[in-house]
Amino acid sequence: MGERTQYDVVVIGGGVVGTAVLRTLSRYQLKAALLEKEAEVGWGATKANSGIVHAGFHNKPGSWMARLCVAGNRMYDQLCDELDVPFQRNGLMMVARTPEEEQILRRFYQQGLDNGVPGMELLDGDTARRLEPNLSGEITMVLRAASGGIVAPFALAHAQAENAAANGADVYTEVAVTGISCGDDGFTITSQDGGTWKAKYIVNAAGLFADDVARMCGLDVPSLIPRKGEEYILDQRVGDLVKHTIFPVPTPKSKGILVIPTVGGNIMIGPTALEMPRKDDLSTTAAGLDEILAFTQRLVPKIQRRDIIAAFAGLRAGSPTGDFIFETSHSGRAVHLLGIESPGLTASPAIAEHVAEMLAEAGLELMPKPDFNPRRPRVIRFKKLSDEEKEEVIKRDPLYAHVVCRCETVTEGEIVDAVRRGARTVDGVKFLTRAGMGRCQGGFCTPYVVRILARELGVSPLEITKRGRNTELLAAEAKAFLKGGEADA
Amino acid sequence: MAIDTQTDQGFYRRMTCIVCPTGCLLEVRKDADGKLSITGFQCRRGEMYAENEVLNPKRVLTTTVRIRNASLPLLPVRTSDAIPKELLAEAMRVLAQVEVTAPVKTGDAILANLLDTGVDVIASRDMKRIDGAA
Amino acid sequence: MRSIRYTDVAVIGGGPAGLAAALAARRAGAEHVTILERNHELGGILQQCIHNGFGLHRFKEELTGPEYAYRFIPQVEADPNIHVYLNTMVLSLTPTKEITAIHPDHGLVKLKAKAVVLAMGCRERTRGALTIPGTRPAGIYTAGTAQRFVNMEGYMPGKRVVILGSGDIGLIMARRFTLEGAKVEAVVEIMPYPAGLARNIAQCLEDFNIPLYLSSTVTMIHGKDRVEGVTVSQVDDNWCPIAGTERYIPCDTLLLSVGLIPENELSQTAGVPLDPRTGGPVVDEKRETLVSGIFACGNVLHVHDLVDYVSEEAEIAGEEAARHALRETADEAGSGRDGGQQLALKPGSNLRYVLPQRITAGAEVDLYMRVSHPMDAVTLTLSGVTLAKKRQVRPSEMLKIRLKAQHWESLFQAGKAPGQELLVAAEPSA
Repeated sequence: MGERTQYDVVVIGGGVVGTAVLRTLSRYQLKAALLEKEAEVGWGATKANSGIVHAGFHNKPGSWMARLCVAGNRMYDQLCDELDVPFQRNGLMMVARTPEEEQILRRFYQQGLDNGVPGMELLDGDTARRLEPNLSGEITMVLRAASGGIVAPFALAHAQAENAAANGADVYTEVAVTGISCGDDGFTITSQDGGTWKAKYIVNAAGLFADDVARMCGLDVPSLIPRKGEEYILDQRVGDLVKHTIFPVPTPKSKGILVIPTVGGNIMIGPTALEMPRKDDLSTTAAGLDEILAFTQRLVPKIQRRDIIAAFAGLRAGSPTGDFIFETSHSGRAVHLLGIESPGLTASPAIAEHVAEMLAEAGLELMPKPDFNPRRPRVIRFKKLSDEEKEEVIKRDPLYAHVVCRCETVTEGEIVDAVRRGARTVDGVKFLTRAGMGRCQGGFCTPYVVRILARELGVSPLEITKRGRNTELLAAEAKAFLKGGEADA
Repeated sequence: MAIDTQTDQGFYRRMTCIVCPTGCLLEVRKDADGKLSITGFQCRRGEMYAENEVLNPKRVLTTTVRIRNASLPLLPVRTSDAIPKELLAEAMRVLAQVEVTAPVKTGDAILANLLDTGVDVIASRDMKRIDGAA
Repeated sequence: MRSIRYTDVAVIGGGPAGLAAALAARRAGAEHVTILERNHELGGILQQCIHNGFGLHRFKEELTGPEYAYRFIPQVEADPNIHVYLNTMVLSLTPTKEITAIHPDHGLVKLKAKAVVLAMGCRERTRGALTIPGTRPAGIYTAGTAQRFVNMEGYMPGKRVVILGSGDIGLIMARRFTLEGAKVEAVVEIMPYPAGLARNIAQCLEDFNIPLYLSSTVTMIHGKDRVEGVTVSQVDDNWCPIAGTERYIPCDTLLLSVGLIPENELSQTAGVPLDPRTGGPVVDEKRETLVSGIFACGNVLHVHDLVDYVSEEAEIAGEEAARHALRETADEAGSGRDGGQQLALKPGSNLRYVLPQRITAGAEVDLYMRVSHPMDAVTLTLSGVTLAKKRQVRPSEMLKIRLKAQHWESLFQAGKAPGQELLVAAEPSA
């Protein structure tokens, strides 16, 4: 790979934070690029995120987490409207079962007031159960925050990258940064396969790997703590078990194990919080599942093991200080975002603005682009259309009459659209369109999705991957094992 | 389970009949003179199967061959009769080299006299011609 | 506003059940029959089942899946009053039998039917429902998805395969992968006996020396990007893995053949009540669901091991749907079934399920049932009345027992009457 264009800013890491920073930068008259090591943006902690837009009562007043969470929460309506990303303010509830826990709720209520969280109330158990009839009868008090919400984190990261690209930013995927050097003409960033990028400023939004990237810039930072979270998804049949996101009182390590409605209509249960020695263990475990079931059944007794249709795990970039860390190097021309764990998703739009301010202070000129378009072309979600709209869409493009994923009613038109918006893998299509996310988990649609991806990308189905490099779905063409004398049936 | 026992008195095998879904448990004894005695079958075809299975086991081969100008890249085929079991792998290698062109009708001969068995390979479905298909 | 089309009998699904139901409905006098099929061709799952063994009961021949389908498809295509809509996906069905479907050329289609036959088939159970611990690498497929890739799409998903579950599709795919030059390392079954037919154990595994590990399961999937291997452990009587029995098997592909589930999302949009034991609708001997005029047959009703029985069941549903449509034509007010004459049928000891779940007093019908575990010899009884004796019964093989006039006589003498419940049981016998 040769040398790329000179950029004003290169963002390293395409999670929800990196893409938010990129989109914010694309508002201004400058050249920005994003480097992502995976095949698509949003593949790290973002994809495994619970998707909760927190209210902001969990964090200590004055902390970055408290300030940016409350500020980020307020930005979500406009952000998701502009980008056409599913978002709902379903509200959240933290529940107490004992007098001691009730005391904790009252403390959080006060902390929320101090943080400026709007729309909170303390409810007794019966009042709460009128709102959420499936809550455990043992629950005696509930802290309800109406401003809490849910969003599709992967879709948000994709949408931010797509919108930034539409406004002139460049997005490079499958670029793993291995070296950063700084000379008179700025930074030179090199990747694993020999590509180089030049930038005057860099933003390190590498998530779990941000400590490694900071060290490439000569910073002596404490190591991030990989903290694994397993999550389990329940069948849509029980999608209306709860409307609010249900929290226990938190533990010192995490917000606890939750019952989480998703914008896709499934209930998710989890996550665990287990500190890991390595940054690559995404396995789910029998112990994790047992723990999650035991905890969540105490919140919502109707949760059943047999309703689980999928499981996954993610790794949080655990902060060694317990707060977001904003480090700089090279006289502020490199900004490092460390320990962006929960409530990082909620805070991400506010983090992006804060990063832009930091870059401006270091000398980056932020001249608004007169033709910046904050909106992204609307995404057609066939299942949600009225009969009239369905008819209209099919008339325009008959591919919308071909249902590829039966469980989630996802059409070929939607999959083609996702590929045109940047999906390149089967998992990318799945997370953008929900094809393969239903109860049959891709049993029917995988062969069709592979075929559509191959056709739209102009490659052989053998090159189609589950999620990038080394995850090809197919080994060989039929009969290949029978040719050249290697068969041994 | 097919279980073979070889003793001084001859040969003994237990096997599951595959002629129909009933799956009878068959027992075949071959005494020192080479005479067979078969038990456990519920029909004449089961008895014949047991005898063939000991003397000359055969199977119908069902597989695919490549096809051009059809909506799919593969055409399902079968042998018109059972072929010796030990020829299955060789037959697969032979058929891996075969490519046909649509249209094809069910029962069309795809390959005559497979490996000199006297058995043909025939198409097991219709496949229409689609111009421009991969 | 789009127009509404009308038909006498609408058949949802053009697989083996739908094909037989449509033909039977026409034979029974339905003037217009409409088949709605989501695929680009008729035949359903049979088109990817290229192995032989179909049709032994019905045609006294061993046909391949496509050949079995072609015993029906030309008849359907030759009948000008069977209207086939291909590439048509049904989105919803109402209790008043109004269907909403989409088609690339016709757009959104509304179809009003006098009777509906549900024939949507089933889907495979997946790993998520099983929650095997480990990572989520590429190379994990259900057996049916792999079958489609190998037999129709023209690609081999992998070269070294372990198969979890000994269902028939998994066994068939063990042979397919082996014939195509891949290596099948093992088939792993959690139960102490195989889930598939005995003949498939013999001709798909034993013929190719593929080991079958019973009372075992996959307890870990290894590999970050692509499957690199699985850990297989033996399980105890409670299906819990036994520590110390782990064995690592290197492989690049894990196939899941752990059962099929009737696909009834659409049935539920019409409010059709399901039987949790079968996963399919509750029906009477006409295969009519509890929603008047909506019938069900094939794997959407209960999972079959033999397509021959699917065709047989579909013919009952098709014929009765036609009768229902004719009655509605004669009497526009519609004549519901006389549910007051029915008895409920429930599975008793050693039976997993029995079908139909409701039965009209005195009706001479075939009962379909599955035992809950293998038994050497059983006596099948209906509320104490002996129906039949069977040997070598296994859950993998559906039993078909004729309920005859003499049985009803005994039942009536014992005081059984409409509105009551009958219990079918499989008692061990010598």
